[in-house]
Amino acid sequence: MSERRDLISNVINQAEGSGLKEVLNSSPMCFEVSAASLLSVCTHLHENPETYFDMLSCITGVDNGTESATMEVIYHLYSIPYNVSLALKVIIPRNNPEIESITSIWKSANWLEREVYDMFGITFKKHPDLRRILLPADWKGYPLRKDYKHEEYYRGVKIEY
Amino acid sequence: MKGLLDQQFEQGGVIITKVDDLLNWSRLSSLFPMTFGLACCAIEFMSTGTTVYDMDRFGMVPRASPRQADVMIVSGTVTFKMADRIKQLYEQMSEPRYVISMGSCSNCGGPYWQHGYHVVKGVDRIIPVDVYVPGCPPRPEALIGGILKLHEKIRNESRMKPIALQQLLKKEKSDV
Repeated sequence: MSERRDLISNVINQAEGSGLKEVLNSSPMCFEVSAASLLSVCTHLHENPETYFDMLSCITGVDNGTESATMEVIYHLYSIPYNVSLALKVIIPRNNPEIESITSIWKSANWLEREVYDMFGITFKKHPDLRRILLPADWKGYPLRKDYKHEEYYRGVKIEY
Repeated sequence: MKGLLDQQFEQGGVIITKVDDLLNWSRLSSLFPMTFGLACCAIEFMSTGTTVYDMDRFGMVPRASPRQADVMIVSGTVTFKMADRIKQLYEQMSEPRYVISMGSCSNCGGPYWQHGYHVVKGVDRIIPVDVYVPGCPPRPEALIGGILKLHEKIRNESRMKPIALQQLLKKEKSDV
């Protein structure tokens, strides 16, 4: 297992270029990646025959609140031939949450990124079809943000109990 | 007590009854519900249709079109995205039409009452409701109880002019 860890961290290191941060005490193993190098890291992990992460299991958004003013996007990857899971964590500023879309690598990222956009308002650049997926198109605000306050009425129906 | 059609007619085929009673009886004996489910309550609704609970003994056969349905059983969480669709389906049903609100979610928002920004806190905010069935989800017995309650309501309906309407007409006449 540690061999595989070294292999993966090498691949990420090569793509990232600078010091690699591993998130400790994490299961599956998790590495922090900068927003700028996310696309090349993912491409390498996907294409390198020794890592071969052929499946994107999940994309999660996290809002760290107004105080720390950051947001996170966490990518859960899985390699079917090697039976290895990996998480990549990207921290982005909260006032302008933008990140590169990875739909060019994994097609399944399309809907997952739309969901993160729907709930957190994180913009995925070069996404082929970035619009709300769960909430109605005319919904205002992003409900999973820490400072979200719902409207009083939606299409004339009171929201409050 | 025997039902109307269980009795034997000894002399000819003449029944004397009130128009109200006849129409109400025919209406409540074949309430077609709409095939329509929103959440876990829909599973209980489906169970109600199985042989064990046998919804068919009330003459209830689920219809796939709102235009053929008499009763809408709102079984599950009504989200704001779904609310427009429910309203549209209700408006497509032909009158007389009835609504059974099944389960806590559609009664009042249920477990989503406080933090459910996306849930309508009671389907009665968008369409009129005749019978509320409590439970989360209600067992098929409870839904059948609600159906029998609706039967009771229909049985007491009248085609006579309602008093409120009569008063309104009187007022309109006096205004002219």
